[in-house]
Amino acid sequence: MKQLVILSGKGGTGKTTVAAAWAHLASQEAPIVIADADVDAANLELVLAPTRLETHNFVSGNVAVIDSQGCTACGTCVTVCRFGAVVARNGSYAIDGSACEGCAACFYQCPVQAIRLEEQRVGQWYRSRTRFGPLFHARLFPGKENSGKLVTLVKQHARLLALNTGASLLLVDGPPGIGCPVIATCSGAQRALLVTEPTASGVHDLQRILAIAERLRVPALVLVNKADLSPAKTQEIEAMCATSGVEVIGHIPFDEQVTRSMVCGQPVTAQADSPASVGLQRAWERARALCSV
Amino acid sequence: MILAVASGKGGTGKTTVAVNLALAVSEQTTDHTGSQVILLDCDVEEPNAALFLEPTIVRRREVGVLVPDVRADQCTGCGRCAQVCQYHAVALVKGRVLVFPELCHGCGSCSLCCPEGALSEKMRVTGAIERGIVSASFQFAQGILNVGEAMAVPVIRQLKRSTIPRDSRPHLVILDAPPGTSCPVVETLRGSDLALLVTEPTPFGLHDLQLAVEVARGELRLPVAVVINRDGVGDQGVERYCQAKGIPVVMRIPMDRRIAEAYAEGHPLLEALPEYRQRFLDLYQRVQEVAKQ
Repeated sequence: MKQLVILSGKGGTGKTTVAAAWAHLASQEAPIVIADADVDAANLELVLAPTRLETHNFVSGNVAVIDSQGCTACGTCVTVCRFGAVVARNGSYAIDGSACEGCAACFYQCPVQAIRLEEQRVGQWYRSRTRFGPLFHARLFPGKENSGKLVTLVKQHARLLALNTGASLLLVDGPPGIGCPVIATCSGAQRALLVTEPTASGVHDLQRILAIAERLRVPALVLVNKADLSPAKTQEIEAMCATSGVEVIGHIPFDEQVTRSMVCGQPVTAQADSPASVGLQRAWERARALCSV
Repeated sequence: MILAVASGKGGTGKTTVAVNLALAVSEQTTDHTGSQVILLDCDVEEPNAALFLEPTIVRRREVGVLVPDVRADQCTGCGRCAQVCQYHAVALVKGRVLVFPELCHGCGSCSLCCPEGALSEKMRVTGAIERGIVSASFQFAQGILNVGEAMAVPVIRQLKRSTIPRDSRPHLVILDAPPGTSCPVVETLRGSDLALLVTEPTPFGLHDLQLAVEVARGELRLPVAVVINRDGVGDQGVERYCQAKGIPVVMRIPMDRRIAEAYAEGHPLLEALPEYRQRFLDLYQRVQEVAKQ
Protein backbone atom coordinates (compact mmCIF):
# COMPACT_ATOMS: atom_id res chain seq x y z
CA MET A 1 0.00 0.00 0.00
CA LYS A 2 1.38 3.39 -1.02
CA GLN A 3 0.63 6.65 0.75
CA LEU A 4 0.49 9.81 -1.34
CA VAL A 5 -0.14 13.16 0.39
CA ILE A 6 -1.18 16.35 -1.37
CA LEU A 7 0.24 19.61 0.01
CA SER A 8 0.87 23.13 -1.23
CA GLY A 9 2.20 25.58 1.36
CA LYS A 10 0.02 28.33 -0.08
CA GLY A 11 -3.72 27.87 0.30
CA GLY A 12 -6.15 27.82 -2.59
CA THR A 13 -3.78 26.40 -5.21
CA GLY A 14 -6.06 23.44 -5.96
CA LYS A 15 -5.10 20.62 -3.55
CA THR A 16 -8.69 19.46 -3.09
CA THR A 17 -9.47 19.72 -6.81
CA VAL A 18 -6.52 17.42 -7.53
CA ALA A 19 -7.38 15.08 -4.64
CA ALA A 20 -10.97 14.61 -5.84
CA ALA A 21 -9.91 14.06 -9.44
CA TRP A 22 -7.21 11.57 -8.53
CA ALA A 23 -9.52 9.72 -6.13
CA HIS A 24 -11.90 9.37 -9.07
CA LEU A 25 -9.19 8.15 -11.46
CA ALA A 26 -7.37 5.87 -8.99
CA SER A 27 -10.56 4.17 -7.80
CA GLN A 28 -11.31 3.06 -11.36
CA GLU A 29 -8.11 1.00 -11.34
CA ALA A 30 -7.99 -0.52 -7.85
CA PRO A 31 -9.57 -0.05 -4.40
CA ILE A 32 -8.23 2.99 -2.53
CA VAL A 33 -8.72 4.69 0.84
CA ILE A 34 -9.03 8.47 1.07
CA ALA A 35 -8.21 10.76 4.00
CA ASP A 36 -8.83 14.49 4.37
CA ALA A 37 -6.08 15.82 6.63
CA ASP A 38 -7.31 19.41 6.39
CA VAL A 39 -9.33 19.15 9.59
CA ASP A 40 -9.52 22.92 9.86
CA ALA A 41 -11.41 23.72 6.67
CA ALA A 42 -12.22 20.35 5.15
CA ASN A 43 -13.57 20.66 1.63
CA LEU A 44 -13.06 17.25 0.05
CA GLU A 45 -16.45 16.10 1.32
CA LEU A 46 -18.12 18.82 -0.75
CA VAL A 47 -17.06 16.90 -3.86
CA LEU A 48 -17.13 13.32 -2.56
CA ALA A 49 -20.57 13.64 -0.88
CA PRO A 50 -19.77 11.05 1.80
CA THR A 51 -22.29 8.95 3.72
CA ARG A 52 -21.18 9.01 7.36
CA LEU A 53 -20.90 5.54 8.86
CA GLU A 54 -19.22 6.43 12.17
CA THR A 55 -18.82 9.62 14.19
CA HIS A 56 -16.29 9.85 17.03
CA ASN A 57 -15.60 12.64 19.47
CA PHE A 58 -12.07 13.97 19.67
CA VAL A 59 -10.98 15.07 23.14
CA SER A 60 -7.65 16.78 23.49
CA GLY A 61 -6.10 18.95 26.18
CA ASN A 62 -7.71 20.84 29.01
CA VAL A 63 -9.13 24.23 29.65
CA ALA A 64 -8.96 25.97 33.03
CA VAL A 65 -12.17 26.97 34.82
CA ILE A 66 -12.32 29.37 37.78
CA ASP A 67 -14.88 28.64 40.48
CA SER A 68 -16.24 32.11 41.26
CA GLN A 69 -17.42 30.96 44.72
CA GLY A 70 -13.96 29.92 45.87
CA CYS A 71 -12.02 32.70 44.11
CA THR A 72 -10.63 35.41 46.40
CA ALA A 73 -9.59 37.61 43.47
CA CYS A 74 -5.95 37.58 44.60
CA GLY A 75 -4.81 37.83 40.97
CA THR A 76 -2.13 35.13 41.10
CA CYS A 77 -3.60 33.45 38.03
CA VAL A 78 -3.36 36.67 36.02
CA THR A 79 0.31 36.98 36.91
CA VAL A 80 1.26 33.43 35.96
CA CYS A 81 -0.77 33.10 32.74
CA ARG A 82 1.42 33.84 29.73
CA PHE A 83 -1.40 33.49 27.23
CA GLY A 84 -3.55 36.38 28.41
CA ALA A 85 -6.35 33.91 29.14
CA VAL A 86 -7.35 35.24 32.57
CA VAL A 87 -9.75 38.17 32.35
CA ALA A 88 -11.25 40.34 35.09
CA ARG A 89 -15.00 39.90 35.38
CA ASN A 90 -17.41 41.28 38.04
CA GLY A 91 -14.71 41.88 40.63
CA SER A 92 -13.40 38.38 40.14
CA TYR A 93 -11.59 36.52 37.37
CA ALA A 94 -12.65 34.20 34.56
CA ILE A 95 -10.88 32.19 31.86
CA ASP A 96 -11.15 33.14 28.20
CA GLY A 97 -11.40 29.64 26.73
CA SER A 98 -10.25 30.78 23.30
CA ALA A 99 -6.92 31.96 24.75
CA CYS A 100 -6.33 29.19 27.33
CA GLU A 101 -3.70 26.64 26.24
CA GLY A 102 -4.49 24.27 29.12
CA CYS A 103 -1.00 24.56 30.60
CA ALA A 104 -2.36 24.35 34.17
CA ALA A 105 0.06 26.99 35.52
CA CYS A 106 -2.90 28.80 37.16
CA PHE A 107 -4.29 25.52 38.50
CA TYR A 108 -1.03 24.75 40.33
CA GLN A 109 -0.42 28.32 41.56
CA CYS A 110 -3.91 29.20 42.84
CA PRO A 111 -3.48 29.52 46.64
CA VAL A 112 -7.11 28.55 47.38
CA GLN A 113 -7.58 25.77 44.77
CA ALA A 114 -10.41 27.63 43.07
CA ILE A 115 -9.30 26.55 39.60
CA ARG A 116 -10.06 23.20 37.99
CA LEU A 117 -9.14 21.70 34.62
CA GLU A 118 -11.80 20.38 32.27
CA GLU A 119 -11.20 18.10 29.33
CA GLN A 120 -11.98 19.72 26.05
CA ARG A 121 -13.94 18.13 23.24
CA VAL A 122 -12.30 19.94 20.34
CA GLY A 123 -13.61 18.09 17.32
CA GLN A 124 -15.06 15.01 15.69
CA TRP A 125 -13.76 12.48 13.21
CA TYR A 126 -15.71 10.35 10.81
CA ARG A 127 -15.50 7.16 8.80
CA SER A 128 -17.57 7.55 5.67
CA ARG A 129 -18.40 5.81 2.42
CA THR A 130 -17.98 7.59 -0.91
CA ARG A 131 -18.39 6.52 -4.52
CA PHE A 132 -14.57 6.37 -4.82
CA GLY A 133 -13.87 4.42 -1.62
CA PRO A 134 -13.83 4.80 2.17
CA LEU A 135 -13.11 8.34 3.43
CA PHE A 136 -11.69 9.31 6.81
CA HIS A 137 -12.19 12.96 7.68
CA ALA A 138 -12.65 15.24 10.65
CA ARG A 139 -13.80 18.57 11.87
CA LEU A 140 -11.86 20.56 14.38
CA PHE A 141 -14.30 22.90 16.10
CA PRO A 142 -13.71 26.51 15.04
CA GLY A 143 -10.95 28.25 16.94
CA LYS A 144 -9.49 25.14 18.60
CA GLU A 145 -5.84 24.19 18.69
CA ASN A 146 -4.74 22.24 15.63
CA SER A 147 -1.85 20.39 17.19
CA GLY A 148 -1.68 17.75 14.48
CA LYS A 149 -3.11 15.10 16.84
CA LEU A 150 -6.44 14.97 15.02
CA VAL A 151 -4.64 14.72 11.68
CA THR A 152 -2.56 11.82 13.02
CA LEU A 153 -5.69 10.07 14.29
CA VAL A 154 -7.51 10.40 10.96
CA LYS A 155 -4.48 9.12 9.09
CA GLN A 156 -3.92 6.19 11.46
CA HIS A 157 -7.46 4.90 10.99
CA ALA A 158 -7.29 5.38 7.23
CA ARG A 159 -3.97 3.56 7.07
CA LEU A 160 -5.23 0.60 9.13
CA LEU A 161 -8.25 0.14 6.91
CA ALA A 162 -6.11 0.42 3.78
CA LEU A 163 -3.76 -2.28 5.10
CA ASN A 164 -6.59 -4.55 6.27
CA THR A 165 -8.52 -4.35 3.02
CA GLY A 166 -5.51 -4.63 0.72
CA ALA A 167 -6.06 -1.19 -0.82
CA SER A 168 -3.34 -0.16 -3.24
CA LEU A 169 -3.28 3.51 -2.29
CA LEU A 170 -3.97 5.84 0.61
CA LEU A 171 -4.62 9.26 -0.89
CA VAL A 172 -4.37 12.15 1.59
CA ASP A 173 -5.61 15.69 0.95
CA GLY A 174 -3.49 17.94 3.17
CA PRO A 175 -3.79 21.34 4.84
CA PRO A 176 -2.08 24.58 3.73
CA GLY A 177 0.92 26.02 5.57
CA ILE A 178 4.07 24.39 6.93
CA GLY A 179 3.27 24.02 10.66
CA CYS A 180 1.99 21.23 12.95
CA PRO A 181 -0.86 19.87 10.78
CA VAL A 182 1.40 19.70 7.72
CA ILE A 183 4.18 17.97 9.61
CA ALA A 184 1.62 15.45 10.95
CA THR A 185 0.27 14.91 7.43
CA CYS A 186 3.70 14.04 6.03
CA SER A 187 4.38 11.28 8.52
CA GLY A 188 4.54 7.86 6.86
CA ALA A 189 4.02 9.15 3.31
CA GLN A 190 5.93 7.66 0.36
CA ARG A 191 5.41 10.74 -1.79
CA ALA A 192 4.20 14.30 -1.40
CA LEU A 193 2.54 15.99 -4.34
CA LEU A 194 3.02 19.74 -4.04
CA VAL A 195 0.37 21.69 -5.93
CA THR A 196 1.51 25.18 -6.81
CA GLU A 197 0.55 28.09 -9.05
CA PRO A 198 2.73 30.38 -11.17
CA THR A 199 2.47 33.47 -8.97
CA ALA A 200 4.97 35.34 -6.83
CA SER A 201 3.29 33.93 -3.72
CA GLY A 202 3.09 30.43 -5.20
CA VAL A 203 6.84 30.37 -5.92
CA HIS A 204 7.73 31.74 -2.47
CA ASP A 205 5.51 29.25 -0.65
CA LEU A 206 6.61 26.29 -2.78
CA GLN A 207 10.18 26.93 -1.68
CA ARG A 208 9.18 26.56 1.97
CA ILE A 209 7.06 23.43 1.50
CA LEU A 210 9.86 21.84 -0.58
CA ALA A 211 12.18 22.45 2.36
CA ILE A 212 9.68 20.76 4.71
CA ALA A 213 9.37 17.70 2.45
CA GLU A 214 13.15 17.43 2.24
CA ARG A 215 13.52 17.79 5.99
CA LEU A 216 10.93 15.07 6.64
CA ARG A 217 12.52 12.92 3.91
CA VAL A 218 9.36 12.58 1.83
CA PRO A 219 10.22 12.63 -1.89
CA ALA A 220 8.28 15.45 -3.56
CA LEU A 221 6.56 15.82 -6.94
CA VAL A 222 5.29 19.16 -8.21
CA LEU A 223 2.15 19.95 -10.17
CA VAL A 224 1.67 23.47 -11.57
CA ASN A 225 -1.96 24.54 -11.57
CA LYS A 226 -3.21 27.41 -13.78
CA ALA A 227 0.15 27.09 -15.52
CA ASP A 228 -0.81 29.35 -18.45
CA LEU A 229 -1.50 32.29 -16.14
CA SER A 230 2.17 33.25 -16.16
CA PRO A 231 4.57 31.31 -18.40
CA ALA A 232 7.48 33.22 -16.82
CA LYS A 233 6.61 32.13 -13.27
CA THR A 234 5.97 28.58 -14.50
CA GLN A 235 9.53 28.58 -15.88
CA GLU A 236 10.80 29.91 -12.57
CA ILE A 237 9.08 26.99 -10.78
CA GLU A 238 10.58 24.49 -13.24
CA ALA A 239 14.06 25.93 -12.75
CA MET A 240 13.66 25.82 -8.98
CA CYS A 241 12.50 22.19 -9.08
CA ALA A 242 15.33 21.19 -11.42
CA THR A 243 17.84 22.66 -8.94
CA SER A 244 16.25 20.70 -6.08
CA GLY A 245 16.05 17.52 -8.17
CA VAL A 246 12.25 17.44 -7.96
CA GLU A 247 10.16 16.40 -10.96
CA VAL A 248 7.39 18.64 -12.28
CA ILE A 249 4.88 15.97 -13.26
CA GLY A 250 2.41 18.17 -15.04
CA HIS A 251 0.78 21.46 -15.89
CA ILE A 252 -2.93 22.14 -15.48
CA PRO A 253 -4.22 24.99 -17.63
CA PHE A 254 -6.67 27.56 -16.25
CA ASP A 255 -10.10 26.14 -17.07
CA GLU A 256 -13.51 27.46 -16.03
CA GLN A 257 -14.73 23.86 -15.94
CA VAL A 258 -12.89 23.49 -12.61
CA THR A 259 -15.27 25.89 -10.83
CA ARG A 260 -18.31 24.49 -12.66
CA SER A 261 -17.42 20.97 -11.51
CA MET A 262 -17.01 22.20 -7.92
CA VAL A 263 -20.44 23.84 -8.02
CA CYS A 264 -21.95 20.54 -9.22
CA GLY A 265 -20.08 18.50 -6.60
CA GLN A 266 -18.19 16.55 -9.27
CA PRO A 267 -14.49 15.84 -9.76
CA VAL A 268 -13.07 17.75 -12.73
CA THR A 269 -12.25 14.42 -14.38
CA ALA A 270 -15.95 13.45 -14.52
CA GLN A 271 -15.80 15.38 -17.80
CA ALA A 272 -13.03 13.57 -19.65
CA ASP A 273 -12.20 16.15 -22.30
CA SER A 274 -11.91 19.59 -20.63
CA PRO A 275 -8.34 21.02 -20.68
CA ALA A 276 -7.91 20.75 -16.89
CA SER A 277 -9.31 17.21 -16.90
CA VAL A 278 -6.82 16.13 -19.58
CA GLY A 279 -3.96 17.70 -17.58
CA LEU A 280 -5.07 15.95 -14.39
CA GLN A 281 -5.32 12.58 -16.16
CA ARG A 282 -1.79 12.90 -17.61
CA ALA A 283 -0.34 14.00 -14.29
CA TRP A 284 -2.06 11.08 -12.53
CA GLU A 285 -0.55 8.58 -15.00
CA ARG A 286 2.91 9.98 -14.25
CA ALA A 287 2.36 10.03 -10.46
CA ARG A 288 1.04 6.50 -10.58
CA ALA A 289 4.09 5.25 -12.41
CA LEU A 290 6.45 7.07 -10.03
CA CYS A 291 4.65 5.80 -6.91
CA SER A 292 4.27 2.31 -8.45
CA VAL A 293 0.57 2.14 -7.59
CA MET B 1 -8.71 50.76 14.30
CA ILE B 2 -7.44 47.21 14.11
CA LEU B 3 -8.77 45.39 11.07
CA ALA B 4 -8.10 41.67 10.58
CA VAL B 5 -8.34 40.26 7.06
CA ALA B 6 -9.16 36.56 7.24
CA SER B 7 -10.88 33.90 5.15
CA GLY B 8 -11.06 30.28 6.27
CA LYS B 9 -10.24 29.02 2.79
CA GLY B 10 -6.77 29.70 1.46
CA GLY B 11 -6.07 31.59 -1.74
CA THR B 12 -9.22 33.69 -1.73
CA GLY B 13 -7.40 37.04 -1.82
CA LYS B 14 -6.65 38.01 1.80
CA THR B 15 -3.25 39.41 0.94
CA THR B 16 -4.59 41.26 -2.12
CA VAL B 17 -7.24 43.01 0.00
CA ALA B 18 -4.88 43.73 2.92
CA VAL B 19 -2.07 45.11 0.75
CA ASN B 20 -4.20 47.29 -1.50
CA LEU B 21 -6.37 48.65 1.28
CA ALA B 22 -3.20 49.59 3.15
CA LEU B 23 -1.68 51.25 0.08
CA ALA B 24 -4.83 53.21 -0.77
CA VAL B 25 -5.33 54.52 2.76
CA SER B 26 -1.63 55.29 3.35
CA GLU B 27 -1.54 57.48 0.23
CA GLN B 28 -4.38 59.53 1.74
CA THR B 29 -2.82 59.81 5.17
CA THR B 30 -1.25 63.22 5.68
CA ASP B 31 1.92 63.27 7.73
CA HIS B 32 0.95 66.12 10.07
CA THR B 33 -1.74 64.04 11.76
CA GLY B 34 0.92 61.53 12.76
CA SER B 35 -1.41 58.69 11.92
CA GLN B 36 -0.03 55.67 10.17
CA VAL B 37 -1.08 52.61 8.29
CA ILE B 38 0.57 49.56 9.83
CA LEU B 39 0.31 46.20 8.10
CA LEU B 40 1.21 43.03 10.00
CA ASP B 41 1.61 39.84 8.00
CA CYS B 42 0.41 37.26 10.55
CA ASP B 43 0.51 34.33 8.08
CA VAL B 44 3.86 33.37 9.57
CA GLU B 45 3.90 29.94 7.89
CA GLU B 46 3.70 31.46 4.43
CA PRO B 47 4.08 35.27 4.63
CA ASN B 48 3.51 36.88 1.22
CA ALA B 49 2.58 40.54 1.73
CA ALA B 50 6.23 41.66 1.49
CA LEU B 51 6.42 40.26 -2.07
CA PHE B 52 3.94 42.94 -3.12
CA LEU B 53 5.01 45.81 -0.85
CA GLU B 54 8.81 45.40 -1.07
CA PRO B 55 9.35 47.19 2.25
CA THR B 56 12.77 48.33 3.39
CA ILE B 57 13.43 46.05 6.36
CA VAL B 58 15.00 48.08 9.15
CA ARG B 59 14.96 45.63 12.03
CA ARG B 60 14.98 41.87 12.50
CA ARG B 61 14.59 40.14 15.83
CA GLU B 62 14.57 36.44 16.62
CA VAL B 63 11.59 35.20 18.61
CA GLY B 64 10.55 31.89 20.04
CA VAL B 65 9.48 29.96 23.08
CA LEU B 66 10.92 30.12 26.62
CA VAL B 67 11.89 26.54 27.43
CA PRO B 68 13.14 25.18 30.77
CA ASP B 69 16.85 24.96 31.46
CA VAL B 70 17.81 22.56 34.27
CA ARG B 71 20.63 23.45 36.65
CA ALA B 72 21.83 19.91 37.32
CA ASP B 73 23.61 20.81 40.58
CA GLN B 74 20.36 22.08 42.13
CA CYS B 75 17.99 19.42 40.77
CA THR B 76 17.07 16.71 43.28
CA GLY B 77 15.20 14.62 40.70
CA CYS B 78 11.87 14.97 42.51
CA GLY B 79 9.98 14.93 39.20
CA ARG B 80 7.54 17.70 40.06
CA CYS B 81 8.29 19.48 36.72
CA ALA B 82 7.41 16.37 34.70
CA GLN B 83 4.24 15.95 36.74
CA VAL B 84 2.91 19.47 36.07
CA CYS B 85 3.86 19.70 32.37
CA GLN B 86 0.72 19.23 30.27
CA TYR B 87 2.61 18.81 26.99
CA HIS B 88 4.98 15.93 27.86
CA ALA B 89 7.84 18.34 27.26
CA VAL B 90 9.57 17.41 30.54
CA ALA B 91 10.26 13.84 31.62
CA LEU B 92 12.07 12.23 34.52
CA VAL B 93 14.28 9.37 33.35
CA LYS B 94 16.42 7.49 35.91
CA GLY B 95 16.27 10.40 38.32
CA ARG B 96 17.31 12.95 35.68
CA VAL B 97 15.17 15.63 34.09
CA LEU B 98 14.95 15.51 30.30
CA VAL B 99 13.49 18.41 28.32
CA PHE B 100 11.92 18.03 24.85
CA PRO B 101 11.99 21.65 23.64
CA GLU B 102 9.85 21.08 20.49
CA LEU B 103 6.89 20.05 22.66
CA CYS B 104 7.20 22.98 25.08
CA HIS B 105 4.57 25.75 24.89
CA GLY B 106 6.65 28.07 27.11
CA CYS B 107 4.03 28.36 29.85
CA GLY B 108 6.63 28.50 32.64
CA SER B 109 4.64 26.23 34.93
CA CYS B 110 7.54 23.82 35.54
CA SER B 111 9.91 26.50 36.77
CA LEU B 112 7.16 27.98 38.99
CA CYS B 113 6.54 24.55 40.51
CA CYS B 114 10.16 23.47 41.04
CA PRO B 115 10.67 23.37 44.82
CA GLU B 116 14.45 23.84 44.46
CA GLY B 117 14.37 26.72 42.01
CA ALA B 118 16.50 24.54 39.75
CA LEU B 119 14.73 25.48 36.53
CA SER B 120 15.45 28.71 34.71
CA GLU B 121 14.33 29.48 31.19
CA LYS B 122 16.08 30.09 27.90
CA MET B 123 14.76 31.19 24.56
CA ARG B 124 14.41 28.54 21.89
CA VAL B 125 14.31 30.43 18.59
CA THR B 126 11.43 29.35 16.33
CA GLY B 127 11.14 32.33 14.03
CA ALA B 128 11.74 36.02 13.50
CA ILE B 129 9.95 39.32 13.39
CA GLU B 130 10.91 41.86 10.75
CA ARG B 131 9.90 45.50 10.75
CA GLY B 132 10.12 47.76 7.77
CA ILE B 133 8.93 50.86 6.00
CA VAL B 134 6.87 51.07 2.83
CA SER B 135 6.43 54.86 2.88
CA ALA B 136 6.40 57.76 5.33
CA SER B 137 2.86 56.87 6.37
CA PHE B 138 3.04 53.10 5.96
CA GLN B 139 4.86 50.78 8.34
CA PHE B 140 5.21 47.06 7.79
CA ALA B 141 5.95 44.06 10.00
CA GLN B 142 5.93 40.33 9.43
CA GLY B 143 6.47 37.15 11.40
CA ILE B 144 8.40 34.29 9.82
CA LEU B 145 8.16 30.77 11.26
CA ASN B 146 11.38 28.83 10.75
CA VAL B 147 11.01 25.88 8.37
CA GLY B 148 10.48 22.69 10.38
CA GLU B 149 8.98 24.46 13.39
CA ALA B 150 5.46 23.37 14.30
CA MET B 151 3.98 26.21 16.35
CA ALA B 152 2.92 29.41 14.61
CA VAL B 153 1.05 30.92 17.55
CA PRO B 154 4.05 32.13 19.63
CA VAL B 155 5.44 33.99 16.59
CA ILE B 156 2.08 35.63 15.87
CA ARG B 157 1.65 36.57 19.53
CA GLN B 158 5.04 38.25 19.72
CA LEU B 159 4.53 39.97 16.36
CA LYS B 160 1.30 41.55 17.58
CA ARG B 161 2.66 42.44 21.02
CA SER B 162 5.74 44.17 19.72
CA THR B 163 4.30 46.08 16.77
CA ILE B 164 0.71 47.15 17.51
CA PRO B 165 0.84 50.59 19.17
CA ARG B 166 -0.65 50.77 22.64
CA ASP B 167 -3.16 53.31 21.42
CA SER B 168 -4.17 52.02 18.01
CA ARG B 169 -7.06 54.49 17.52
CA PRO B 170 -5.32 57.10 15.36
CA HIS B 171 -3.87 54.40 13.13
CA LEU B 172 -5.18 51.83 10.71
CA VAL B 173 -3.64 48.51 11.76
CA ILE B 174 -4.27 45.77 9.19
CA LEU B 175 -3.63 42.15 10.14
CA ASP B 176 -3.20 39.73 7.24
CA ALA B 177 -4.35 36.42 8.80
CA PRO B 178 -3.34 32.86 7.92
CA PRO B 179 -5.93 30.60 6.26
CA GLY B 180 -7.99 28.15 8.30
CA THR B 181 -10.06 28.53 11.45
CA SER B 182 -7.85 27.13 14.22
CA CYS B 183 -5.48 28.58 16.80
CA PRO B 184 -3.26 30.77 14.54
CA VAL B 185 -6.37 32.49 13.17
CA VAL B 186 -7.80 33.05 16.67
CA GLU B 187 -4.47 34.50 17.82
CA THR B 188 -4.54 36.91 14.87
CA LEU B 189 -8.18 37.98 15.24
CA ARG B 190 -8.17 38.44 19.02
CA GLY B 191 -8.39 42.12 19.99
CA SER B 192 -9.39 43.34 16.52
CA ASP B 193 -12.20 45.80 15.93
CA LEU B 194 -13.50 43.98 12.88
CA ALA B 195 -12.91 40.80 10.89
CA LEU B 196 -13.00 41.39 7.16
CA LEU B 197 -13.59 37.98 5.58
CA VAL B 198 -12.49 37.48 1.99
CA THR B 199 -14.21 34.69 0.12
CA GLU B 200 -15.02 33.48 -3.37
CA PRO B 201 -18.54 32.65 -4.57
CA THR B 202 -18.08 28.88 -4.74
CA PRO B 203 -19.16 25.96 -2.51
CA PHE B 204 -15.62 25.73 -1.06
CA GLY B 205 -15.60 29.48 -0.40
CA LEU B 206 -19.01 29.37 1.27
CA HIS B 207 -18.21 26.34 3.43
CA ASP B 208 -15.04 27.93 4.80
CA LEU B 209 -16.65 31.36 5.16
CA GLN B 210 -19.24 29.80 7.47
CA LEU B 211 -16.44 28.39 9.62
CA ALA B 212 -14.64 31.75 9.68
CA VAL B 213 -17.85 33.49 10.77
CA GLU B 214 -18.22 30.93 13.58
CA VAL B 215 -14.76 31.87 14.84
CA ALA B 216 -14.93 35.64 14.39
CA ARG B 217 -18.54 36.29 15.34
CA GLY B 218 -19.33 33.19 17.42
CA GLU B 219 -16.14 32.65 19.45
CA LEU B 220 -14.61 36.13 19.50
CA ARG B 221 -17.75 38.30 19.22
CA LEU B 222 -16.25 40.52 16.54
CA PRO B 223 -18.26 42.42 13.94
CA VAL B 224 -17.75 40.83 10.52
CA ALA B 225 -17.96 42.04 6.93
CA VAL B 226 -17.37 40.16 3.69
CA VAL B 227 -15.42 40.85 0.50
CA ILE B 228 -16.42 38.66 -2.44
CA ASN B 229 -13.44 38.08 -4.71
CA ARG B 230 -13.65 36.61 -8.24
CA ASP B 231 -17.25 37.76 -8.28
CA GLY B 232 -19.11 36.17 -11.17
CA VAL B 233 -17.64 32.66 -10.99
CA GLY B 234 -19.47 29.90 -9.18
CA ASP B 235 -22.92 30.32 -7.68
CA GLN B 236 -25.15 32.48 -5.46
CA GLY B 237 -24.53 30.58 -2.22
CA VAL B 238 -22.28 33.20 -0.55
CA GLU B 239 -24.67 36.07 -1.35
CA ARG B 240 -27.63 34.16 0.06
CA TYR B 241 -25.74 33.16 3.18
CA CYS B 242 -24.59 36.75 3.90
CA GLN B 243 -28.11 38.06 3.42
CA ALA B 244 -29.60 35.41 5.72
CA LYS B 245 -27.02 36.08 8.44
CA GLY B 246 -27.14 39.88 8.13
CA ILE B 247 -23.47 40.10 7.15
CA PRO B 248 -22.69 43.16 5.03
CA VAL B 249 -20.92 42.50 1.71
CA VAL B 250 -18.65 45.55 1.60
CA MET B 251 -16.82 44.95 -1.67
CA ARG B 252 -17.00 42.81 -4.78
CA ILE B 253 -13.91 42.26 -6.91
CA PRO B 254 -14.85 40.79 -10.29
CA MET B 255 -13.14 37.82 -11.95
CA ASP B 256 -10.64 39.64 -14.16
CA ARG B 257 -7.62 38.11 -15.84
CA ARG B 258 -5.68 41.40 -15.49
CA ILE B 259 -6.01 41.15 -11.69
CA ALA B 260 -4.77 37.55 -11.74
CA GLU B 261 -1.81 38.50 -13.94
CA ALA B 262 -0.76 41.43 -11.74
CA TYR B 263 -0.99 39.13 -8.73
CA ALA B 264 1.10 36.49 -10.51
CA GLU B 265 3.88 39.01 -11.16
CA GLY B 266 3.79 40.21 -7.55
CA HIS B 267 2.46 43.69 -8.44
CA PRO B 268 -0.14 45.35 -6.21
CA LEU B 269 -3.54 45.60 -7.87
CA LEU B 270 -3.50 49.41 -7.44
CA GLU B 271 -0.40 49.66 -9.60
CA ALA B 272 -1.86 47.58 -12.41
CA LEU B 273 -5.41 48.97 -12.22
CA PRO B 274 -5.30 52.46 -10.60
CA GLU B 275 -9.10 52.76 -10.89
CA TYR B 276 -9.29 50.46 -7.85
CA ARG B 277 -7.79 53.15 -5.56
CA GLN B 278 -11.19 54.77 -4.96
CA ARG B 279 -12.84 51.38 -4.50
CA PHE B 280 -10.45 50.49 -1.69
CA LEU B 281 -11.02 53.91 -0.08
CA ASP B 282 -14.76 53.18 -0.26
CA LEU B 283 -14.07 49.82 1.36
CA TYR B 284 -12.29 51.60 4.22
CA GLN B 285 -15.31 53.88 4.66
CA ARG B 286 -17.65 50.88 4.76
CA VAL B 287 -15.65 48.88 7.29
CA GLN B 288 -15.43 51.91 9.59
CA GLU B 289 -19.23 52.19 9.47
CA VAL B 290 -19.69 48.47 10.18
CA ALA B 291 -17.20 48.56 13.08
CA LYS B 292 -19.06 51.51 14.66
CA GLN B 293 -22.46 49.81 14.60
